[in-house]
Formats: sequence, C-alpha cells, structure tokens
Amino acid sequence: MGNSSSVRLGTTSGAISWNRRELLRSAAGLAMSGALYSFAPLSAAALPRNRKTVVVTFGGGARDEETFAPEGQENIPGLLNVLIPQSTFYTQIVNRGILGHYVATASLATGVYETFDNFASVPPHDPTVFEYFRRGLSRPATDAWVVAPSNGFNRIGESDHRGYGEGLGAGVILPKHLLRAAMPAAAGDDYGHLLRDNYEDPFYTPELAGNEVQLRQLNEILRISVDDFRMHALTLSSPDELSVYIARQLMQQLAPSLLWITLHDIDIAHSGAYSLYVEGIRRTDRLCVDLWNSIQSQPEYKDNTTMFILPDFGRDSDNDAGGNGFQHHRTGDALSRTTWLMALGPGVRQGIAVERPVESLDLVPTLGALQGFSTPLAQGKPLREVI
Amino acid sequence: MLPAHVSADSFGAYPPLGRALALENLGVIQQVPAPFAALLMSQVIIYDWLFPAEQKTVDDQFSYLRSLATSQRAQMLSGFGLPGIDHDLKDRDWVQGPREFVEAFTAALWSSHQIDAFRAAANAYSDAWRKAYPEPEPPTPRLTIIVLGEGLRADQYDLFRKLRPHGVFITEVQRTDAWPAILETASKRAAKTPLPYGHWYIDGGAPPLPVDLQLNQVTWAELSGTRAAVLRRMQAVIHSGHGGPEELRTVMAETTTKDVGGGGMSGDETLRRFKLSVLTEGSGTQIFSTTFVQWTAREALRRAQPVTLVLHFQPRQRQLPMNELLAGTGDRNAVDPEGSLIDADMGTYYTWINQSRLTGAPQATVVAWSETHGQAMVAGPNAPRGVTATNPMTMRQILTQFV
Repeated sequence: MGNSSSVRLGTTSGAISWNRRELLRSAAGLAMSGALYSFAPLSAAALPRNRKTVVVTFGGGARDEETFAPEGQENIPGLLNVLIPQSTFYTQIVNRGILGHYVATASLATGVYETFDNFASVPPHDPTVFEYFRRGLSRPATDAWVVAPSNGFNRIGESDHRGYGEGLGAGVILPKHLLRAAMPAAAGDDYGHLLRDNYEDPFYTPELAGNEVQLRQLNEILRISVDDFRMHALTLSSPDELSVYIARQLMQQLAPSLLWITLHDIDIAHSGAYSLYVEGIRRTDRLCVDLWNSIQSQPEYKDNTTMFILPDFGRDSDNDAGGNGFQHHRTGDALSRTTWLMALGPGVRQGIAVERPVESLDLVPTLGALQGFSTPLAQGKPLREVI
Repeated sequence: MLPAHVSADSFGAYPPLGRALALENLGVIQQVPAPFAALLMSQVIIYDWLFPAEQKTVDDQFSYLRSLATSQRAQMLSGFGLPGIDHDLKDRDWVQGPREFVEAFTAALWSSHQIDAFRAAANAYSDAWRKAYPEPEPPTPRLTIIVLGEGLRADQYDLFRKLRPHGVFITEVQRTDAWPAILETASKRAAKTPLPYGHWYIDGGAPPLPVDLQLNQVTWAELSGTRAAVLRRMQAVIHSGHGGPEELRTVMAETTTKDVGGGGMSGDETLRRFKLSVLTEGSGTQIFSTTFVQWTAREALRRAQPVTLVLHFQPRQRQLPMNELLAGTGDRNAVDPEGSLIDADMGTYYTWINQSRLTGAPQATVVAWSETHGQAMVAGPNAPRGVTATNPMTMRQILTQFV
C-alpha cells in the first residue's frame, strides 16, 4: 500500500514537473537539463569557499495555477523575468514530511523530516544547518541568522541535539516581536491581528517574554533606534516587508555568511480570501527581487553570495475533495507536497531547469557542500547541479 | 480502548438515534480496527443531527460492513490498523471522544509518515463500499444560482475566467427583475420537489428581498451575534495563557448552540448545528463574508447534497495593511470591492467544482451573475461550452433558456 502510494505521488509529481517545465520553457526560455548531467560542476573550478548564502523560504506555498501556469504568470513577474533567467531551477521538490510551516521549515533547516507538534514551542531535534556551519567552519554566533515571521519560530535557530545544540545555533530575529516591543502599548489593540502568530491557526499566538531582549536586538545588533524602527514600520504594508527590512539591516551591520529568511504573507490563504492570497504572492515575488538586488548592491555580498528560494511545500489542489483548494495544505496530495527551488549566484548555471525529482531535505547537504562544512546527520543529498 | 471491549453500555451517553444505530451494529464495531471505529463513531455520536444524506451514508456503510464475511472485513480494513499508531493511542476512549481520537490519530499519521498509506486505505475502502451502495441520483437536476452582489466590482477584471470553458458567458444581463426571477425559481423548485434540507439560500449579508421559508437560510447578518460569541470564546482560550491550537479546537468542537446564544438562530437543531459548525470549523468564516459564503456552500453541498442552492456574495471587510494598523488610521468598517469580487469569482468556481462532485453532475447547472458588471455565466447541459453570448438577456430568459 505504501508502495502504490509512492508511485501515485511520484507519477503526479512528475506531471506537475512536466507542466512547470513546459510553462517555464514558454515563459522564461529556460534550457532544460537533459545535457546538464554530462557537465562537471561549474563551481568546482576556483570559487572561494568563504562565500555567503542567503536562503529564502515561503511559509505557505503558492500553486502553479497562481504562479507558473499561464494564468498565474502575471503574479510573478520578478521570478519569471528577473530571477529565473539567472538561476538553476528545480521543477520538482518533494516534501514527504509534515505539512505544517514550523515543523516543515525546521525540516528544511535540519535536513531531516522533523516530527514534533507544529504548534509546540520546541527546538528541532536534529542539528540545524546553522550548527553544522558554525562548528564546521568555527564561525561566531554573529555569522548565522534567521529572520522568521512569527513567535512560533523562535526555537528554529538551534536544536536540542546532544552532540550540537546549545551555543552553536543561529541568532533568531522575530520582526513581529520587535514590533510589539517597539510600539506603544496602547496601540496593541489596533494591530493585534498583525501580531498574530500564523495563519494556519490564526488565533494562536504564544507569548514570548522579554521585550528588553528585543529592544537590545534593535539597538545593539541592528543598530536601529526604536524611533527609527517605529517610523520605518509605519511605511510598510506587511509583516514580510518588515522581515526583508530586518534582513537588510542584518546584512549591512553584520554581513552574516548564512542568512535564512522565512516569508509568510502568502499563508493568509488560510483565511479563504483568494484575492489576499494572490496579493501575498505578488508581494513575495517583489520582495525576492528586492532581496536579490540588495545582495548585489552590498560589497560584502555582491558576486560572493548564493541565494536559494523555495516554498516549504505547496497547497491543496482544486480537485482533491478532502481540501478546499488554495485555502489549506491539509490533504497531503501531490500538489501540496510538490514545489520548486531556484538557486542563483556565482558559479550557478543560469537559465537551467532541472527535471529530476529531489527532496526538500537536499537543501542542507547542498549548503554544506557549497560552503565547505559537513552535515553528517542530514538525510538528503547535495544538489549536484549547483555545487 | 480495544473495539472488542466495547459493549452496549459503552454507548449509554449517545443520543437516541445514534445509540440505537451503534447497538444494532455492535458486532461490527467490535471487529473493526480502532481508528476505523473512531471514524465511524465520530458520525454516530452526532447521528441524530446529521442531514438525511449523511445519515444514509452512515447507514449504508454499516450495511456494507455487515454484508462482508469476517475475513473479508478484516482484509478490507487492514490498512486502518497501522503499526505503531494503535499502540500509542490504545488508552484513548474513542467511543466517548471519537473526534479527539481522530485528531490524535491524524497527527500520528503525519508524524509517522503513514498519511499516504492511510489515504490509500481510505480510498480503497470508500471505492469498495460505494460500489456496493452507490449514491442515489437526485430527484431533480441540481441548480445553483450565484449572485456576485452589488458593490463587488473591479476594473479590467475578467470575470468567470476559470468557468468560461465550461459554459456560456453572457456579456449583457439586464438587472431589472433579476432578483425576483432568481428567488421565484428557487421557491418553485422547493414547492415542486419538497426535500428536507434540499433547497438552500446562503447570503454574505442580508437578503435583498424576503426569501421563501421553504429554503434553508444561512446568512451573515443572522449570525452576527453568533460570530461575535465564537470569536469571544476563541479569545478566551488565547488569553487563558495556556493551551494552544489543540485546546482551541477542542473548545470549538465542544461549543454548542446554547453556548453562543443559539436561540437567535433560525431553523431546527440540525440546521443550527450546521450554522455553528461553519463558524467553529471554518477558517476565515468568522472574519470575511466571502469566505463565509464559499465555505457554507461547500459544506452544504458536501453534507446535505441539496438540489437547489442560491448564493449571494456581498462585499467583505477590507484587510488593513500594516502601516494603517500601526498608525491607527485604517477604517475598520471599510469594504474591499475588488478583493471581494475576486474572492467571489473563485468561490463561484469552487462551488461549481463542489456541485460537480455530487451525483447527477452531468445534468446539474450553475448560473452565476455579477450585478455590478452585468455579466453572467451558465454551465450545464443546456449551455454550450466555451461560447460568449453578446445579445442582451434578462435573468428570466437565462433561467428559461439554460436551466
């Protein structure tokens, strides 16, 4: 039964991959990777090992209908016209784990399908890529950072694994928490729903103690005064814009070698409002281009940075009676488990689409291979086309 | 709890019809895997308030299970007794708390990576019993009429883009007399084919005209007090400082119509429970009226399988951007005409899909009309596919010609 299920998933995923490939061929003029496998890795030549990596994940995938399909392409002009032509694009990333955003993002960060309660405030149980990175390259705490959308992600920077764990992880910045600390208490009711933790369960917001810690992050790490932060927040339209602003500040102040940003606006799809979901896709598309442009504009990062962009997983298809289309990712159908990944930067081939199915667990070993640290407990395999 | 250990006394707290059903099928219940039994009991425990179509589904499943030899039944349901999971859940009381058991079981399926195997087992079982007990055809072809109401508008937006290949797109609909034509059509169908819970009216605000009492009504306006009460209960869990989504889900599942002042809701207990479930089980239904209409229609089609459905989308509240929220300058009463139109357009498409999942789909029709844009879409056996009609039409003409 398990085998037949896998076959079915694989077959449908293959169809998804094929569709995405054909759509990309028409939309972005990508070359397909049939001949790619005969090439030696381009980056093996003479690229420095001290390169930087920026990982952007979406909490809340976007389906092909709203992105790469003909009717969806109007929503992703930045991905299609700016980023994909510069990238190696994997058309078929399969996530076989739990389809909840925190646990899935933790799985992306450990290279192991984590199995804890998605809504529990617990650390990953397997070592994170940040721990591998810092131990393997003897890097200080200031060199690995996570910018995450919600309080539920506050433990993602560091596992509770006995062999790694405490003191080896990444710093985690929660922009919404900064916002709560910086804004006048009286304003709380006015923007209460903005601070809500997630859209999967929109009424759940675990409290984190310590506003003073957050304010110290603003002052000492990001070098922003509370007033400046507050004023800037007033110019932004969404939490993801705030996350990108924080990421830029991190890049300017600390220039971390490993920066992980999780965006979340798309996940407003859980409210059932299709227009807001599409709006989230368009904003995410724009923010990805903004981030890439920021990388190219900063000397510390320019020509020295590989950026990976991937949704954590997909969303339910319209045709699965167990779901409600775009709104959720509860059915575990092939569409909700299959997504894509793009990699771009020096040494990464441009305008290439890779058709073979890979797993979301492959990200961590790929990051390790790129930056030169080992990831012994991660279960995936390095993506050979980009290392 | 092992199924073999349950007895007639185990169902003493069940409502009368559910208890009688359980006792009639006690022998079967004792022989099925616990997760399967819990799934069945999650329906039996609320059997008294299920819609007739749902009750028939439960009855048919028991009939099918009784018809199998013990060995056949064990083989058919072997995929429901998954290794490792039964053991972890063995102490849970799936008789008194089947819903909680199913939630815990589902979480265990995901965390043990057995969800795909379970889906395959569930699909195989569903295919088998549906083959033995096919769903009945509707007594009259199904009809859904969807109105994208006044105030839903967007410039340069292609309405019904996803539905156009499946029917005729009418570019000029005269709005005079349209609403009376729609409501009269629904009334006549209810009178001609009287069915319990067979004819529905769902509105994202208040109806523009009085609606025939033969139609089961679910409206955003009627449920405003209930929505507020549900939100208050949610906030109470959040501000309690403990618990999380699990506790919230449990509180919502245990919420009764009385807990939220259900006396103000119209309809019998079955309908009032349905209305409450839209708010306690739906995501976004408490906040956006467009989501409320789409989800209510989805649930009505899935559960009650009506033959007549009238939907009226009205403008939903605007989602305030972050800067307006922070500055406190946003108008909480403002609506979002363009977003509402896009939501309703997708809601129309999903309603067509959901109606197409029911029996009699080849004979079923969906009529959708935008009041503001004066455009309509008809998908059904009498409507040509992929055709655009540019001649002006009234709603009565549309309903006469295509339904």
